[in-house]
Amino acid sequence: MSEPVKNTLLFAVVAGLILLTGFTQSWNTAILILNMGLISAIMAIGVNLQWGFAGLFNVGVMGFVALGGLAVVLVSTPPTPGAWVAGGYGIVLSLLLGAATVVAAVLVATKMPKGRMQTLTIIAVLLVGFFVYRAVFDPNVAAIEAIDPAIAGNIGGLNLPVLLAWPAGGLLAAGAAWLIGKTALGLRSDYLAIATLGIAEIIIAVMKNEDWLARGVKNVYGIPRPSPVVGYEVDLQQDPAFLARADWFGLDPITASTLSVKLGYSLLFMIVLLVLLWMAQMALKSPWGRMMRAIRDNEVAAEAMGKDVTRRHLQIFVLGSAVCGIAGAMMTTLDGQLTPSAYQPLRFTFLVWVMVIVGGSGNNFGAVLGAFLIWFLWVQVEPIGLWLMSLITSGMPDGSWLKAHLIDSAAHMRLFTMGLILLIVLRFSPRGLIPEK
Amino acid sequence: MDLLNALVALANFVLVPAVAYGSQLALGALGVTLIYGILRFSNFAHGDTMAFGAMIAVLVTWGLQAAGISFGPLPTALLALPFAILGCIVLVLITDRLVYRFYREQKAKPVILVIVSMGVMFILNGLVRFIIGPDDQRFSDGARFLIKARDFKEMTGLREGLAIKTSQGITVVVAVVAVVLLFWFLNKTRTGKSMRAYSDNEDLALLSGINPERVVMITWIIVAALATTAGVLYGLDKSFKPFVYFQLLLPIFASAIVGGLGNPLGAIAGGFIIAFSEVTITYAWKKVLTYVAPEGLEPSGLVQFLSTDYKFAVSFVILLIVLLFKPTGLFKGKVI
Repeated sequence: MSEPVKNTLLFAVVAGLILLTGFTQSWNTAILILNMGLISAIMAIGVNLQWGFAGLFNVGVMGFVALGGLAVVLVSTPPTPGAWVAGGYGIVLSLLLGAATVVAAVLVATKMPKGRMQTLTIIAVLLVGFFVYRAVFDPNVAAIEAIDPAIAGNIGGLNLPVLLAWPAGGLLAAGAAWLIGKTALGLRSDYLAIATLGIAEIIIAVMKNEDWLARGVKNVYGIPRPSPVVGYEVDLQQDPAFLARADWFGLDPITASTLSVKLGYSLLFMIVLLVLLWMAQMALKSPWGRMMRAIRDNEVAAEAMGKDVTRRHLQIFVLGSAVCGIAGAMMTTLDGQLTPSAYQPLRFTFLVWVMVIVGGSGNNFGAVLGAFLIWFLWVQVEPIGLWLMSLITSGMPDGSWLKAHLIDSAAHMRLFTMGLILLIVLRFSPRGLIPEK
Repeated sequence: MDLLNALVALANFVLVPAVAYGSQLALGALGVTLIYGILRFSNFAHGDTMAFGAMIAVLVTWGLQAAGISFGPLPTALLALPFAILGCIVLVLITDRLVYRFYREQKAKPVILVIVSMGVMFILNGLVRFIIGPDDQRFSDGARFLIKARDFKEMTGLREGLAIKTSQGITVVVAVVAVVLLFWFLNKTRTGKSMRAYSDNEDLALLSGINPERVVMITWIIVAALATTAGVLYGLDKSFKPFVYFQLLLPIFASAIVGGLGNPLGAIAGGFIIAFSEVTITYAWKKVLTYVAPEGLEPSGLVQFLSTDYKFAVSFVILLIVLLFKPTGLFKGKVI
């Protein structure tokens, strides 16, 4: 079988699986899988840029995804009345002071002659700066968090259309990635892994604890939808034209409206995915893409050819993280709420890695395929596990302790299955389902 | 000025918890560093190996408790520890045989092994959740305190109390025993020496007739023992929750790297450095400072540098500073 036929078949199989879900379970579930599959595919493209093109081991995907979600709140929600006057400007001032402290410390480190005096000055600058920063920061935070804490207590957003938040999420993630890359990219690959793992945890910790920013664990609800493409169910159910169309499909108005809203998201996500996929493909084929792979395969040789390895690494690290940020913003828009405690590294970092490895690292189509397939399995393993468990335990007497335990634990089968799939693919088909050309 | 009370408060809230936490981190970091030294990859599954070992200890403890066996004032979990270590050894040896050995024979790049360990991490995580569930489990029993705060106050007549939990005392004692045994093994026995030789220079070690598979097996056995011990001690001190062990991965790696990956002495030092920094930076210093500060100059705020939720940030920043200024770690890394 030729290469393109095989790949088309693989995509057809995944599409068939999703359609099968629609026919046997419900179309709601099927479209949910499709939507999160599209978002996962974008995340996988981001990770594939970093790992497949450049060999960078980033296990902080969760952090960039979460930053994208934060951007949605900061861009699209309405501002909290009075928050900026009460403390917003003060917080900006304190953050500037904090940044100035770091810059001053770096200046001391580079300009002063080495020695004990230099170390002491750096420590003094940092300590004084920290206390000044806290002195300005703390009262302003308290002022903002005091505003209507039950429904607000945060700074709010810019009240711009939510679609603008998607590129903004990419920018926010790119900015964070630049800062991290600047410090950590010179390090060996194992160290970069640990550093990104840490930064992701810190980003989540900040989002959970800085209530003034996005309400922390109190969550932000009611994020506006990207209308008019995605409407609201209530409006649709009162629209006579829509009701007529629903009737033509033979659907009742409630089901039709939920499906229509979800399909609206699918359409938007599909456009973003196709644009990003096209860009990634163009990048891969361009001289720039060839250079990246050359650096990945032999850093020393690439350096000898005059390529600036560290700069190129920084470039692709920022790009890949930005793509993850866009996906994160889209996901928060889809959910309609920001829930910082929902970000789990196994789900948002390591699962994306499984997608890329299973699909085929270095191949954009592979990453997309892996994303759809793994996401489908992630959703469906739970009911399959439950079914399997009831089959295994069907011979056991009712009310037995083991039977109850096995059926209760079926939900945890998915982590086990994902690990098994990753190990099997790595062992028997290490280049993935659609290998790099 | 009341130095004595300040000192007691400091010991109660900072020194004692940090020493216990540091010992747990050190044991965890020793496992990571040994794997790095011998098998030459960063084992992402280490946190979940700890969880698995601790889980067996919890199950055996429940069994012993149900059978009416106890260890007097000491927690029953100590009796369960040998069984847990045995179970964990079986697990890691099976994993090595089924998973890692293939890549070793292929001489795969270290980063591939890291990804493989990610797969193992998923499986172990699922296994632990499948067997014991994702919730908190309490399994400590026996006397809760070595010294109670009230008794200490009555004994010394000071205003501040000093409480030492049994689990903290046990943690330190067990950690010291484990470390002494490990160093004795690495430095005095023939097998230990062959391990160090293998870590130092693989080719030379192979030339002098050291069996690599044996070295790897012994390493896994030691790592399983260390990981289980660390997991059980952490569980006794705080509580057993599978997800927490996964989160311990970051401070454990930070400890191992700060000390110098591959260097056991560095892992221990790194564990204590990370633990002490975490506790001191997230502790509210108001109480101690109130005793020390001159009359009228007591601090009004909590004097807490960072809220406890940012403890990951502390280990991370230390890690970054060390990596930027001394990439091999404080103790020269990569020699065992």
